Amino acid sequence: MIMDSSVVFSLRLSLQVAFAATVLIIVIGLPIAYLLARKNFPGKELLDISLTLPLVLPPTVTGYYLILAFGRNGFIGRYLYKWLDWSIMFTWYAAVLASFVVALPLMIKTGRAALEGVDRNLINAAYTLGHSEWETALKVTLPLAKRGLLAGIVLSFARALGEFGATLMVAGNIPGKTDTMPLAIYSLSASGEREQAAGMVVLLTLVAALFLYLANRYSRRIF
Amino acid sequence: MGLSVCVNKKLTGFSLDVSWAIGDELAVLFGFSGSGKSLTLQLIAGLMKPDGGVITANGKTYFDAARHVNAAPQQRSLGYVFQDLALFPHMTVRQNILFGAKGVPEDERNERYRELTETFYVAALENKRPSEISGGQKQRVAFARALMRRPDVLLLDEPFSALDTPLRIEMRAFLKDLRKTFQVPVVLVTHDAGEAASLADSIIVYSEGSVIQSGSTADVFSNPADERVKRLLLGQEDALRTFDKRR
Repeated sequence: MIMDSSVVFSLRLSLQVAFAATVLIIVIGLPIAYLLARKNFPGKELLDISLTLPLVLPPTVTGYYLILAFGRNGFIGRYLYKWLDWSIMFTWYAAVLASFVVALPLMIKTGRAALEGVDRNLINAAYTLGHSEWETALKVTLPLAKRGLLAGIVLSFARALGEFGATLMVAGNIPGKTDTMPLAIYSLSASGEREQAAGMVVLLTLVAALFLYLANRYSRRIF
Repeated sequence: MGLSVCVNKKLTGFSLDVSWAIGDELAVLFGFSGSGKSLTLQLIAGLMKPDGGVITANGKTYFDAARHVNAAPQQRSLGYVFQDLALFPHMTVRQNILFGAKGVPEDERNERYRELTETFYVAALENKRPSEISGGQKQRVAFARALMRRPDVLLLDEPFSALDTPLRIEMRAFLKDLRKTFQVPVVLVTHDAGEAASLADSIIVYSEGSVIQSGSTADVFSNPADERVKRLLLGQEDALRTFDKRR
Protein backbone atom coordinates (compact mmCIF):
# COMPACT_ATOMS: atom_id res chain seq x y z
CA MET A 1 0.00 0.00 0.00
CA ILE A 2 1.27 3.41 -0.85
CA MET A 3 0.85 5.84 2.06
CA ASP A 4 0.51 8.83 -0.21
CA SER A 5 -0.45 12.22 1.11
CA SER A 6 -4.15 11.84 0.34
CA VAL A 7 -4.34 8.68 2.45
CA VAL A 8 -2.56 10.40 5.33
CA PHE A 9 -4.86 13.37 4.95
CA SER A 10 -8.01 11.23 5.06
CA LEU A 11 -6.79 9.26 8.05
CA ARG A 12 -5.89 12.40 9.94
CA LEU A 13 -9.16 14.10 9.02
CA SER A 14 -11.19 11.05 10.09
CA LEU A 15 -9.49 10.93 13.49
CA GLN A 16 -9.81 14.69 13.91
CA VAL A 17 -13.53 14.59 13.05
CA ALA A 18 -14.20 11.58 15.30
CA PHE A 19 -12.32 13.17 18.23
CA ALA A 20 -14.09 16.51 17.84
CA ALA A 21 -17.49 14.78 17.58
CA THR A 22 -16.70 12.69 20.68
CA VAL A 23 -15.75 15.80 22.66
CA LEU A 24 -19.10 17.34 21.68
CA ILE A 25 -20.84 14.13 22.64
CA ILE A 26 -19.27 14.20 26.10
CA VAL A 27 -19.95 17.90 26.63
CA ILE A 28 -23.52 17.88 25.26
CA GLY A 29 -24.62 14.22 25.22
CA LEU A 30 -23.63 13.37 28.79
CA PRO A 31 -25.69 16.17 30.39
CA ILE A 32 -28.66 15.22 28.17
CA ALA A 33 -28.34 11.57 29.22
CA TYR A 34 -28.25 12.74 32.85
CA LEU A 35 -31.37 14.89 32.40
CA LEU A 36 -33.22 12.01 30.76
CA ALA A 37 -32.16 9.58 33.49
CA ARG A 38 -32.77 11.76 36.53
CA LYS A 39 -35.36 14.42 35.75
CA ASN A 40 -38.99 14.52 34.83
CA PHE A 41 -40.07 17.29 32.52
CA PRO A 42 -42.69 17.74 29.83
CA GLY A 43 -41.54 16.47 26.46
CA LYS A 44 -38.88 14.23 27.99
CA GLU A 45 -39.67 11.17 25.91
CA LEU A 46 -40.10 13.33 22.83
CA LEU A 47 -36.57 14.68 23.35
CA ASP A 48 -35.26 11.15 23.80
CA ILE A 49 -36.97 9.96 20.64
CA SER A 50 -35.91 12.88 18.47
CA LEU A 51 -32.26 12.54 19.54
CA THR A 52 -32.35 8.76 19.10
CA LEU A 53 -33.95 8.84 15.65
CA PRO A 54 -30.60 9.04 13.79
CA LEU A 55 -29.91 5.55 15.15
CA VAL A 56 -32.70 4.08 13.03
CA LEU A 57 -33.04 6.58 10.19
CA PRO A 58 -30.87 6.15 7.11
CA PRO A 59 -27.92 8.55 7.54
CA THR A 60 -28.97 10.27 4.33
CA VAL A 61 -32.27 11.23 5.97
CA THR A 62 -30.41 12.58 8.99
CA GLY A 63 -28.18 14.46 6.56
CA TYR A 64 -31.23 15.88 4.84
CA TYR A 65 -32.55 17.20 8.14
CA LEU A 66 -29.15 18.73 8.85
CA ILE A 67 -29.30 20.53 5.50
CA LEU A 68 -32.76 21.83 6.43
CA ALA A 69 -31.32 23.16 9.68
CA PHE A 70 -27.83 24.26 8.75
CA GLY A 71 -28.00 24.96 5.01
CA ARG A 72 -27.64 28.57 3.91
CA ASN A 73 -31.40 28.89 3.98
CA GLY A 74 -31.84 26.58 6.97
CA PHE A 75 -33.56 27.80 10.07
CA ILE A 76 -30.23 28.00 11.90
CA GLY A 77 -27.90 28.24 8.91
CA ARG A 78 -29.53 31.40 7.58
CA TYR A 79 -28.59 33.32 10.73
CA LEU A 80 -25.04 32.00 10.68
CA TYR A 81 -24.81 33.18 7.10
CA LYS A 82 -26.41 36.54 7.86
CA TRP A 83 -24.36 37.37 10.93
CA LEU A 84 -21.08 35.65 10.27
CA ASP A 85 -21.18 35.49 6.49
CA TRP A 86 -20.26 31.84 6.92
CA SER A 87 -21.89 28.52 6.27
CA ILE A 88 -20.94 25.27 7.90
CA MET A 89 -21.89 23.33 4.76
CA PHE A 90 -19.02 21.62 2.93
CA THR A 91 -16.47 22.33 5.65
CA TRP A 92 -14.88 19.77 7.96
CA TYR A 93 -17.03 21.24 10.74
CA ALA A 94 -20.03 19.86 8.87
CA ALA A 95 -18.42 16.40 9.03
CA VAL A 96 -18.08 16.88 12.81
CA LEU A 97 -21.73 17.94 13.03
CA ALA A 98 -22.88 14.91 11.04
CA SER A 99 -20.77 12.51 13.08
CA PHE A 100 -21.98 14.12 16.30
CA VAL A 101 -25.68 13.82 15.43
CA VAL A 102 -25.37 10.27 14.15
CA ALA A 103 -23.27 9.02 17.07
CA LEU A 104 -25.16 10.91 19.82
CA PRO A 105 -27.92 8.25 20.23
CA LEU A 106 -25.32 5.67 21.26
CA MET A 107 -24.17 7.95 24.10
CA ILE A 108 -27.70 8.85 25.11
CA LYS A 109 -29.01 5.27 25.13
CA THR A 110 -26.00 3.74 26.87
CA GLY A 111 -25.49 6.70 29.21
CA ARG A 112 -29.13 6.97 30.22
CA ALA A 113 -29.28 3.25 31.05
CA ALA A 114 -26.04 3.44 33.04
CA LEU A 115 -27.19 6.50 35.02
CA GLU A 116 -30.64 5.03 35.66
CA GLY A 117 -28.92 1.91 36.97
CA VAL A 118 -27.30 3.81 39.85
CA ASP A 119 -29.03 2.85 43.12
CA ARG A 120 -31.47 5.62 44.04
CA ASN A 121 -30.69 5.06 47.74
CA LEU A 122 -27.06 6.03 47.21
CA ILE A 123 -28.12 9.31 45.64
CA ASN A 124 -30.61 9.92 48.45
CA ALA A 125 -27.90 9.12 50.99
CA ALA A 126 -25.66 11.78 49.44
CA TYR A 127 -28.51 14.32 49.64
CA THR A 128 -29.22 13.55 53.31
CA LEU A 129 -25.49 14.00 53.97
CA GLY A 130 -25.80 17.57 52.71
CA HIS A 131 -24.42 17.23 49.19
CA SER A 132 -26.04 19.24 46.42
CA GLU A 133 -27.30 17.57 43.28
CA TRP A 134 -24.26 18.79 41.37
CA GLU A 135 -21.80 17.40 43.92
CA THR A 136 -23.76 14.15 44.12
CA ALA A 137 -23.67 13.80 40.34
CA LEU A 138 -19.90 14.36 40.26
CA LYS A 139 -18.94 12.26 43.25
CA VAL A 140 -21.56 9.51 43.33
CA THR A 141 -23.71 9.15 40.22
CA LEU A 142 -21.11 9.61 37.48
CA PRO A 143 -18.37 7.51 39.15
CA LEU A 144 -20.83 4.67 39.73
CA ALA A 145 -22.04 4.84 36.13
CA LYS A 146 -18.57 5.29 34.61
CA ARG A 147 -18.35 1.83 33.07
CA GLY A 148 -21.52 2.39 31.04
CA LEU A 149 -20.58 5.98 30.27
CA LEU A 150 -17.18 4.94 28.96
CA ALA A 151 -18.85 2.28 26.82
CA GLY A 152 -21.12 4.99 25.41
CA ILE A 153 -18.14 7.23 24.63
CA VAL A 154 -16.20 4.45 22.90
CA LEU A 155 -19.20 3.36 20.84
CA SER A 156 -19.87 6.96 19.84
CA PHE A 157 -16.26 7.42 18.79
CA ALA A 158 -16.33 4.24 16.74
CA ARG A 159 -19.59 5.30 15.10
CA ALA A 160 -18.22 8.79 14.38
CA LEU A 161 -15.10 7.30 12.81
CA GLY A 162 -17.20 5.25 10.41
CA GLU A 163 -19.78 7.90 9.56
CA PHE A 164 -20.49 8.17 5.83
CA GLY A 165 -24.02 9.02 4.68
CA ALA A 166 -24.86 12.15 6.63
CA THR A 167 -21.30 13.42 6.16
CA LEU A 168 -21.62 13.06 2.41
CA MET A 169 -24.85 15.08 2.49
CA VAL A 170 -23.59 18.05 4.53
CA ALA A 171 -19.82 18.08 4.04
CA GLY A 172 -19.66 16.77 0.51
CA ASN A 173 -16.75 14.70 -0.67
CA ILE A 174 -14.17 17.34 -1.45
CA PRO A 175 -10.70 15.83 -1.94
CA GLY A 176 -8.19 17.36 0.43
CA LYS A 177 -10.93 19.14 2.37
CA THR A 178 -13.77 16.94 3.58
CA ASP A 179 -12.94 13.46 2.32
CA THR A 180 -12.76 11.41 5.51
CA MET A 181 -11.65 7.80 5.11
CA PRO A 182 -15.10 6.32 4.47
CA LEU A 183 -15.70 8.96 1.78
CA ALA A 184 -12.24 8.50 0.25
CA ILE A 185 -12.79 4.74 0.15
CA TYR A 186 -16.07 5.30 -1.66
CA SER A 187 -14.45 7.59 -4.25
CA LEU A 188 -11.49 5.28 -4.85
CA SER A 189 -13.71 2.27 -5.15
CA ALA A 190 -16.13 4.04 -7.49
CA SER A 191 -13.32 5.21 -9.76
CA GLY A 192 -11.83 1.74 -9.98
CA GLU A 193 -8.77 2.36 -7.82
CA ARG A 194 -9.38 -0.90 -5.98
CA GLU A 195 -5.87 -1.35 -4.64
CA GLN A 196 -5.80 2.07 -2.98
CA ALA A 197 -9.29 1.49 -1.61
CA ALA A 198 -8.29 -1.88 -0.17
CA GLY A 199 -5.35 -0.29 1.62
CA MET A 200 -7.58 2.30 3.22
CA VAL A 201 -10.14 -0.36 4.16
CA VAL A 202 -7.46 -2.33 5.99
CA LEU A 203 -6.10 0.82 7.61
CA LEU A 204 -9.54 1.97 8.83
CA THR A 205 -10.33 -1.49 10.15
CA LEU A 206 -7.03 -1.63 12.04
CA VAL A 207 -7.46 1.84 13.51
CA ALA A 208 -11.03 1.05 14.65
CA ALA A 209 -9.94 -2.30 16.12
CA LEU A 210 -7.03 -0.62 17.90
CA PHE A 211 -9.34 1.89 19.58
CA LEU A 212 -11.75 -0.82 20.70
CA TYR A 213 -8.85 -2.86 22.05
CA LEU A 214 -7.43 0.11 23.96
CA ALA A 215 -10.84 0.94 25.36
CA ASN A 216 -11.37 -2.63 26.54
CA ARG A 217 -7.94 -2.80 28.09
CA TYR A 218 -8.28 0.58 29.75
CA SER A 219 -11.72 -0.21 31.14
CA ARG A 220 -10.46 -3.49 32.62
CA ARG A 221 -7.57 -1.74 34.30
CA ILE A 222 -9.52 1.04 35.94
CA PHE A 223 -12.54 -0.95 37.11
CA MET B 1 -34.64 18.73 71.15
CA GLY B 2 -37.39 16.84 69.40
CA LEU B 3 -39.24 16.07 66.25
CA SER B 4 -42.85 16.74 65.39
CA VAL B 5 -44.48 15.17 62.36
CA CYS B 6 -47.97 15.79 61.07
CA VAL B 7 -48.22 14.77 57.42
CA ASN B 8 -50.41 13.22 54.80
CA LYS B 9 -49.46 11.75 51.46
CA LYS B 10 -51.48 9.93 48.83
CA LEU B 11 -49.82 7.37 46.59
CA THR B 12 -51.44 4.94 44.18
CA GLY B 13 -53.30 2.42 46.32
CA PHE B 14 -51.95 3.79 49.60
CA SER B 15 -52.62 6.77 51.73
CA LEU B 16 -50.65 7.99 54.73
CA ASP B 17 -52.03 10.33 57.36
CA VAL B 18 -50.07 10.46 60.60
CA SER B 19 -49.35 12.83 63.43
CA TRP B 20 -46.89 12.30 66.26
CA ALA B 21 -44.14 14.03 68.20
CA ILE B 22 -41.14 12.84 70.14
CA GLY B 23 -38.68 14.46 72.53
CA ASP B 24 -35.09 13.55 73.28
CA GLU B 25 -35.76 9.82 73.21
CA LEU B 26 -35.62 6.72 71.10
CA ALA B 27 -38.99 6.32 69.43
CA VAL B 28 -39.88 3.23 67.48
CA LEU B 29 -42.22 3.33 64.49
CA PHE B 30 -43.71 -0.11 64.76
CA GLY B 31 -46.01 -1.98 62.41
CA PHE B 32 -46.30 -4.53 59.63
CA SER B 33 -44.38 -4.01 56.40
CA GLY B 34 -46.22 -1.65 54.09
CA SER B 35 -47.88 0.37 56.83
CA GLY B 36 -46.10 3.60 55.87
CA LYS B 37 -43.21 3.67 58.34
CA SER B 38 -40.39 4.03 55.81
CA LEU B 39 -42.45 6.46 53.77
CA THR B 40 -42.75 8.64 56.89
CA LEU B 41 -38.94 8.70 57.22
CA GLN B 42 -38.58 9.73 53.58
CA LEU B 43 -41.05 12.56 54.11
CA ILE B 44 -39.17 13.71 57.22
CA ALA B 45 -35.88 13.66 55.29
CA GLY B 46 -37.35 15.58 52.36
CA LEU B 47 -36.72 12.75 49.90
CA MET B 48 -40.43 12.87 49.10
CA LYS B 49 -42.83 15.77 49.46
CA PRO B 50 -45.92 15.40 51.67
CA ASP B 51 -49.27 16.54 50.26
CA GLY B 52 -49.94 18.50 53.40
CA GLY B 53 -48.95 19.02 57.02
CA VAL B 54 -46.04 20.31 59.08
CA ILE B 55 -42.67 18.83 60.03
CA THR B 56 -40.46 20.53 62.61
CA ALA B 57 -37.23 19.32 64.16
CA ASN B 58 -35.38 20.99 66.99
CA GLY B 59 -37.42 24.17 66.51
CA LYS B 60 -36.71 24.37 62.76
CA THR B 61 -39.54 24.04 60.27
CA TYR B 62 -38.63 21.56 57.52
CA PHE B 63 -42.02 21.45 55.89
CA ASP B 64 -45.16 23.52 56.23
CA ALA B 65 -47.70 23.14 53.45
CA ALA B 66 -49.72 26.19 54.51
CA ARG B 67 -46.67 28.47 54.55
CA HIS B 68 -45.10 26.87 51.45
CA VAL B 69 -42.01 25.84 53.35
CA ASN B 70 -40.22 22.79 51.99
CA ALA B 71 -36.55 22.60 52.93
CA ALA B 72 -34.30 20.56 50.63
CA PRO B 73 -32.92 17.32 52.09
CA GLN B 74 -29.49 19.00 52.20
CA GLN B 75 -30.80 21.70 54.52
CA ARG B 76 -32.32 19.31 57.04
CA SER B 77 -30.05 18.33 59.89
CA LEU B 78 -30.82 14.63 59.91
CA GLY B 79 -28.74 11.49 60.05
CA TYR B 80 -30.38 8.83 57.91
CA VAL B 81 -29.35 5.19 58.05
CA PHE B 82 -30.96 3.34 55.15
CA GLN B 83 -32.24 -0.21 55.28
CA ASP B 84 -29.52 -1.32 52.87
CA LEU B 85 -27.10 1.16 54.55
CA ALA B 86 -26.32 2.86 51.22
CA LEU B 87 -22.56 2.88 51.69
CA PHE B 88 -20.84 4.17 48.56
CA PRO B 89 -19.23 1.09 46.98
CA HIS B 90 -16.58 3.11 45.14
CA MET B 91 -15.29 4.83 48.28
CA THR B 92 -13.21 3.51 51.16
CA VAL B 93 -14.56 3.45 54.71
CA ARG B 94 -12.68 6.66 55.41
CA GLN B 95 -14.06 8.37 52.30
CA ASN B 96 -17.56 7.18 53.13
CA ILE B 97 -17.44 8.62 56.63
CA LEU B 98 -15.81 11.88 55.54
CA PHE B 99 -18.46 12.23 52.82
CA GLY B 100 -20.76 12.84 55.77
CA ALA B 101 -18.63 15.78 56.93
CA LYS B 102 -20.16 18.31 54.55
CA GLY B 103 -20.16 21.73 56.21
CA VAL B 104 -18.00 20.57 59.13
CA PRO B 105 -15.11 23.03 59.60
CA GLU B 106 -11.80 21.65 58.35
CA ASP B 107 -10.12 21.72 61.75
CA GLU B 108 -12.93 19.80 63.45
CA ARG B 109 -13.24 17.22 60.73
CA ASN B 110 -10.27 15.05 61.68
CA GLU B 111 -11.05 15.23 65.37
CA ARG B 112 -14.63 14.09 64.77
CA TYR B 113 -13.54 11.40 62.37
CA ARG B 114 -11.08 10.03 64.93
CA GLU B 115 -13.66 10.16 67.71
CA LEU B 116 -16.36 8.38 65.68
CA THR B 117 -14.13 5.71 64.19
CA GLU B 118 -12.75 4.90 67.65
CA THR B 119 -16.19 4.81 69.27
CA PHE B 120 -17.49 2.55 66.51
CA TYR B 121 -14.37 0.34 66.23
CA VAL B 122 -13.89 1.00 62.53
CA ALA B 123 -10.61 2.95 62.65
CA ALA B 124 -8.61 -0.08 61.47
CA LEU B 125 -10.86 -0.49 58.42
CA GLU B 126 -10.42 2.98 56.99
CA ASN B 127 -8.76 1.91 53.76
CA LYS B 128 -11.15 -0.92 53.02
CA ARG B 129 -14.09 -0.78 50.62
CA PRO B 130 -17.60 -1.65 51.87
CA SER B 131 -17.42 -4.92 49.92
CA GLU B 132 -14.42 -5.97 52.00
CA ILE B 133 -15.95 -5.62 55.47
CA SER B 134 -18.56 -7.59 57.43
CA GLY B 135 -22.25 -6.79 57.87
CA GLY B 136 -21.79 -5.51 61.43
CA GLN B 137 -18.85 -3.35 60.38
CA LYS B 138 -20.91 -1.87 57.55
CA GLN B 139 -23.60 -0.96 60.05
CA ARG B 140 -21.12 0.87 62.24
CA VAL B 141 -19.65 2.73 59.26
CA ALA B 142 -23.15 3.81 58.22
CA PHE B 143 -23.84 5.11 61.73
CA ALA B 144 -20.52 6.94 61.88
CA ARG B 145 -21.23 8.58 58.52
CA ALA B 146 -24.73 9.61 59.60
CA LEU B 147 -23.37 11.21 62.79
CA MET B 148 -20.47 13.18 61.26
CA ARG B 149 -22.56 16.32 60.91
CA ARG B 150 -24.00 15.99 64.44
CA PRO B 151 -27.59 15.83 63.20
CA ASP B 152 -30.56 17.04 65.22
CA VAL B 153 -32.35 13.72 64.72
CA LEU B 154 -31.22 10.25 63.70
CA LEU B 155 -33.56 8.30 61.37
CA LEU B 156 -33.01 4.55 61.21
CA ASP B 157 -34.89 2.54 58.60
CA GLU B 158 -34.78 -1.09 59.79
CA PRO B 159 -30.98 -0.95 59.83
CA PHE B 160 -30.61 -4.35 61.52
CA SER B 161 -33.07 -6.33 59.42
CA ALA B 162 -30.40 -7.95 57.27
CA LEU B 163 -28.35 -9.21 60.23
CA ASP B 164 -28.53 -12.61 61.89
CA THR B 165 -29.80 -12.77 65.47
CA PRO B 166 -26.56 -12.64 67.53
CA LEU B 167 -25.28 -9.69 65.54
CA ARG B 168 -28.66 -7.99 65.77
CA ILE B 169 -28.56 -8.23 69.55
CA GLU B 170 -25.02 -6.85 69.55
CA MET B 171 -26.13 -3.94 67.36
CA ARG B 172 -29.03 -3.17 69.70
CA ALA B 173 -26.56 -2.83 72.57
CA PHE B 174 -24.45 -0.64 70.34
CA LEU B 175 -27.41 1.59 69.56
CA LYS B 176 -28.17 2.02 73.27
CA ASP B 177 -24.57 3.06 73.91
CA LEU B 178 -24.75 5.43 71.00
CA ARG B 179 -27.82 7.10 72.53
CA LYS B 180 -25.88 7.65 75.74
CA THR B 181 -22.83 9.08 73.97
CA PHE B 182 -24.51 11.28 71.40
CA GLN B 183 -27.82 12.21 73.04
CA VAL B 184 -29.64 12.59 69.78
CA PRO B 185 -33.35 11.82 69.32
CA VAL B 186 -33.71 8.63 67.32
CA VAL B 187 -36.59 7.40 65.18
CA LEU B 188 -36.22 3.68 64.54
CA VAL B 189 -38.44 1.89 62.05
CA THR B 190 -39.00 -1.80 62.74
CA HIS B 191 -41.54 -4.59 62.42
CA ASP B 192 -39.71 -6.64 65.05
CA ALA B 193 -41.46 -6.50 68.42
CA GLY B 194 -38.30 -7.74 70.14
CA GLU B 195 -36.37 -4.80 68.76
CA ALA B 196 -39.11 -2.40 69.85
CA ALA B 197 -39.25 -3.93 73.33
CA SER B 198 -35.52 -3.85 73.91
CA LEU B 199 -34.82 -0.36 72.57
CA ALA B 200 -37.82 1.93 72.59
CA ASP B 201 -38.56 4.73 75.04
CA SER B 202 -41.82 5.21 73.22
CA ILE B 203 -43.67 3.33 70.53
CA ILE B 204 -45.77 4.66 67.67
CA VAL B 205 -47.83 1.84 66.19
CA TYR B 206 -48.63 2.09 62.47
CA SER B 207 -51.32 0.28 60.56
CA GLU B 208 -52.30 0.93 56.96
CA GLY B 209 -51.03 4.48 56.90
CA SER B 210 -52.37 5.62 60.27
CA VAL B 211 -51.13 5.71 63.84
CA ILE B 212 -53.33 3.34 65.84
CA GLN B 213 -51.59 3.73 69.18
CA SER B 214 -48.72 5.67 70.63
CA GLY B 215 -47.26 5.93 74.06
CA SER B 216 -44.53 4.71 76.33
CA THR B 217 -43.25 1.22 75.65
CA ALA B 218 -44.84 0.06 78.94
CA ASP B 219 -48.25 1.40 77.91
CA VAL B 220 -48.25 -0.19 74.50
CA PHE B 221 -47.04 -3.56 75.69
CA SER B 222 -49.33 -3.79 78.71
CA ASN B 223 -52.41 -2.12 77.22
CA PRO B 224 -52.63 -2.75 73.48
CA ALA B 225 -55.25 -0.32 72.19
CA ASP B 226 -57.10 -2.81 70.03
CA GLU B 227 -57.02 -6.15 68.25
CA ARG B 228 -54.62 -4.93 65.57
CA VAL B 229 -51.99 -3.94 68.11
CA LYS B 230 -52.49 -7.24 69.91
CA ARG B 231 -52.04 -9.05 66.61
CA LEU B 232 -48.76 -7.21 66.04
CA LEU B 233 -47.53 -8.31 69.45
CA LEU B 234 -48.99 -11.79 69.08
CA GLY B 235 -46.46 -14.58 69.20
CA GLN B 236 -43.92 -12.12 70.45
CA GLU B 237 -43.70 -13.51 73.98
CA ASP B 238 -39.94 -13.17 73.74
CA ALA B 239 -40.39 -9.48 73.19
CA LEU B 240 -42.59 -9.20 76.24
CA ARG B 241 -40.03 -11.08 78.29
CA THR B 242 -37.31 -8.73 77.08
CA PHE B 243 -39.43 -5.83 78.11
CA ASP B 244 -40.18 -7.33 81.54
CA LYS B 245 -36.47 -7.78 82.06
CA ARG B 246 -35.90 -4.11 81.30
CA ARG B 247 -38.45 -3.16 83.91
